[in-house]
Amino acid sequence: MDAIAQALHGALGLIVAADRALLGIVALSLQVSLAAVLAATLLGLPLGAAIAIGRFPGRRALVILLNALMGLPPVVVGLFVYLMLSRAGPLGASGLLFTPPAMVIAQAILILPIIAALCRQAVEDAWIEYEEQLRSLGARGIGAALTLVWDIRFSLLTAVLAGLGRASAEVGAVMIVGGNIDGVTRVMTTTIALETSKGDLPLALSLGIVLIVLVIALNAIAHLVKDAAQRRYG
Amino acid sequence: MEVKRWLTGLIAAAVMLPALAQQKFITVASTTSTEQSGLFKHLLPLFEKRTGIQVRVVALGTGQALDMGKRGDADVVFVHARPLEEKFVTEGFGVKRFEVMYNDFVLIGPKADPARVAGGKDVLEAFRKVKAAQAPFVSRGDKSGTHFAELEIWKAAGIDIAKHKGRWYRDTGQGMGPALNSAAGMNAYILADRGTWLSFKNRADLSIVLEGDRRLFNQYGIILVNPAKHPTVKKETGQAFIDWVVSAQGQKAIAEYRIGGEQLFFPNAAK
Amino acid sequence: MAANGRILPLALRDLRYAAGGRTLIDRVSLQIAAGPTTLMLGANGAGKSVLMRLMHGLLAPTSGEIAWSDPDPERRRRLQAMVFQRPVLLRRSALANIVYALKVARVARAERERLAVEALESVGLLHLAHRPARVLSGGEQQRLALARAWALHPEVLFLDEPTASLDPSATREIERVIQAFDAAGTKIIMATHNLGQVRRLGDEVLFIHQGRLAERAPVEQFFSQPASPEAASFVKGELPWK
Repeated sequence: MDAIAQALHGALGLIVAADRALLGIVALSLQVSLAAVLAATLLGLPLGAAIAIGRFPGRRALVILLNALMGLPPVVVGLFVYLMLSRAGPLGASGLLFTPPAMVIAQAILILPIIAALCRQAVEDAWIEYEEQLRSLGARGIGAALTLVWDIRFSLLTAVLAGLGRASAEVGAVMIVGGNIDGVTRVMTTTIALETSKGDLPLALSLGIVLIVLVIALNAIAHLVKDAAQRRYG
Repeated sequence: MEVKRWLTGLIAAAVMLPALAQQKFITVASTTSTEQSGLFKHLLPLFEKRTGIQVRVVALGTGQALDMGKRGDADVVFVHARPLEEKFVTEGFGVKRFEVMYNDFVLIGPKADPARVAGGKDVLEAFRKVKAAQAPFVSRGDKSGTHFAELEIWKAAGIDIAKHKGRWYRDTGQGMGPALNSAAGMNAYILADRGTWLSFKNRADLSIVLEGDRRLFNQYGIILVNPAKHPTVKKETGQAFIDWVVSAQGQKAIAEYRIGGEQLFFPNAAK
Repeated sequence: MAANGRILPLALRDLRYAAGGRTLIDRVSLQIAAGPTTLMLGANGAGKSVLMRLMHGLLAPTSGEIAWSDPDPERRRRLQAMVFQRPVLLRRSALANIVYALKVARVARAERERLAVEALESVGLLHLAHRPARVLSGGEQQRLALARAWALHPEVLFLDEPTASLDPSATREIERVIQAFDAAGTKIIMATHNLGQVRRLGDEVLFIHQGRLAERAPVEQFFSQPASPEAASFVKGELPWK
């Protein structure tokens, strides 16, 4: 209990002091995770919608695969991206290994299935409600899918937030492709892992609390925006 | 549209990320012991101030750090397992090995000392006692320099650990810090480098039970990755870092790093 | 008998539709011409909605034939519209909902806004043009759905129980709009199980019973001398919900 009280106190101290190094780490965490979410959203929403509405051979298998990939192990994704970006790998010339963009790529791969799978489910549910009306109006194919995605945008926010949650919480992938380099690729989760391995458990827990508070704040903002928009558009 | 402006902002933020990577820098693959002891935090700003070169340290076990060098993902490796380092150079992955500094390993164990090794001076004897008592022993098991050193001691003590490890021998496959956390949790013996031990905070019931044996000597070396193998290696800046580390100035900086008044690393570069 | 329009008359020949091992529409043959308002009457589950969806092309028949006078499928689709029992409106303004329908129907961009405003005016919703569609009342939403269908200037307008979930005053509003569309020359085909509505709006009745066309008659005749026993008991209110 003592350690936890100490950690809570420490977390408060960290937030109040707003230490420069910590702020840098927090900013990088947000930047990396938000960029990954943006990329995964731009790819995942059309992909999910296409699978929801499309009728093609192998669709069921694809749905199962997509749902299974929601549980991709971060370390495996990290390793895969590492081997791709390594100097000895196929994309080695990009020089992206151990940089924030490498972390964005790894996180985007990690959360793409989550956003696509949740979007697929939401669009499929909505399609039941909208199908006859849209077909009656003559909307078809990709046009109908995009209309649907835009119309259920507030429900899709949940899918995007699930992706953000996973991205900001994972440590395995960014540790491997980012290298946890001080001042360059050190983010909240890798800092927590580092402090844990140094045996400074209260500091690690304090950082963890700061991370949780951040994620809660992001979710709260997103939901406030969603609620306001929903009141406005019904 | 508000949404569009918001999206544009996000995209701009995403695109600007790579801009962070513009400063002149080298990548050094090093070990958790040097990173986690805080040595780099002390050393690197001095070098950066002098040369304007940023040193990006990826801290791994020695084995992994050398692998990173072999793949060309680091410009310099800074590690502590002499036979492995020499092999790295002979195989052509490294240019030349320079000795930098040493510290020592210490045998950590529970204060109750179930294997009765405290106060001894012979680490081989201590390891034999631990095995005889079947006292819990945590091994790094991660091909790090410390793991390598531990295996050498078992061998020298005449114990084929691969054959004789029982439930008491816990191969954790972790870095130094996490392995110490495990040992603290299990009240186990563990071989650790002194630097990490001194900066380690979650000691619980553990303390040093044996130190000072000449076999516990822990030498660090630094090697430029061979540009002939990997043309992307930053030859000049990488070598500039090595030259500085072994220079009088770099050696003095290493000697000056202390935790709680205790010196962690002892410079011993060839003059 | 059949008055000619651009896509009318519509002829159904020996139409059958089965789903899940049940025959929902059973050997229906009939011809529908331009002009009179046609009301499909029948108990819940009689097959009115299915038959209407077959006509509109939302369902494909198991066997039989649906023939419009115009062979061009694109024109046929373009000249019919449908309003459902529960309107599905998009999360955008009332005006934008109609503009969207016009855009999908490939109406020139410059025309869309004008047509949409006209349609809103015709259902008395112009003052709510910029209100989000989903926050309108049930009656307003259904009127908007009617305006959306009307904006396309269809030759045939299918209405599937458009007032079934509305209160009496909203129902009256909708009926007034339907009458106005009829007066403007649109062929109305409407499903209902509300006898009062049939008397107020209808010219002829198609009485559907257990997936079959049990009777077809002018409204007055249907009520005064129903030919089939099922229609007779329905009129007397004996099997309203089957």
